[in-house]
Amino acid sequence: MQQQDISMEQQDNRPIDEVDRRIILATQAGLPLAEQPYDVLARQLDLAVEELMERLRAMQQSGVIRRIAAVPNHYALGYRANGMSVWNVPDEIVGELGARVGALEFVSHCYQRPRHLPLWPYNLFAMVHGKTQDAVEQGVEQIALLLGEYCRGHEVLYSKRILKKTGLRITG
Amino acid sequence: MDELDRKLVNSLQDGLPVCDRPFDALADQTGVTVTEVLTRIQKLLDEKLLSRFGPMYNAEQLGGAVTLCAMQVAGEQFDAVAEMVNAHPEVAHNYEREHPLNMWFVVAAEHPEQLARVIRGIEQETACRVYDMPKQQEFYIGLKLAV
Repeated sequence: MQQQDISMEQQDNRPIDEVDRRIILATQAGLPLAEQPYDVLARQLDLAVEELMERLRAMQQSGVIRRIAAVPNHYALGYRANGMSVWNVPDEIVGELGARVGALEFVSHCYQRPRHLPLWPYNLFAMVHGKTQDAVEQGVEQIALLLGEYCRGHEVLYSKRILKKTGLRITG
Repeated sequence: MDELDRKLVNSLQDGLPVCDRPFDALADQTGVTVTEVLTRIQKLLDEKLLSRFGPMYNAEQLGGAVTLCAMQVAGEQFDAVAEMVNAHPEVAHNYEREHPLNMWFVVAAEHPEQLARVIRGIEQETACRVYDMPKQQEFYIGLKLAV
């Protein structure tokens, strides 16, 4: 029942078509809460349920859908502290290290990004969450241990202020 | 939150398969009926302990373009620069962070060329250099928080 995160697998880049777009718009707010949610959705969209499920699976395969899951409100669940940890690791091994860091349960976003030398030597970003700032620091410590000798330097950037926050939405 | 809520929040973060009755396995695993599972998920959504439940879409795979940018802004200009940056509708999030690079914002647009245009515009308006840090590889998105 656990699904592997598809973003790490080989992705084909089949473009989405108009039917996929209708499916995306209909499910952007969420999946119907029913014993057979895809039946409900297929009726709404006037599609055969087999076609709907096939298209959803194809979108998972291509990486358009990361997974069909709940997004916890980490703030409401008590995880109120976070820090953007940034790491300088060798480019040759960043893929392997990033996969291991991303798999840590307290890491929400983990990416390789370009360095901007000399000001910015970091190429691996991991957003660390915790119930307290102490917990965030422990998480960072755990990443440092995991990276071991591959870590040539790191910093944690805490947010001081939200200057703007709007959602990313797909438009029809 | 009781034990069932906790189990559901933890399990639902992993994802459900696309199949005829995707909640059945979850009901078996937690020892309650599917109806109870669905009622609880609705309650967790109503109480805003879950932000949403459903397919998690990857905007970039839909043809959109997103990047993370950082700037080094002098203290006395900070608020004025923030206002200029935020005035661009393509700027989705913007955070002040404790670092010499003290302004961090996400730019999202329908097409990659738009990103370059917005970044150039911000550099001209603010006279600050924008450090563009598009993701080169994604390792994981989402938390697996134990509650």
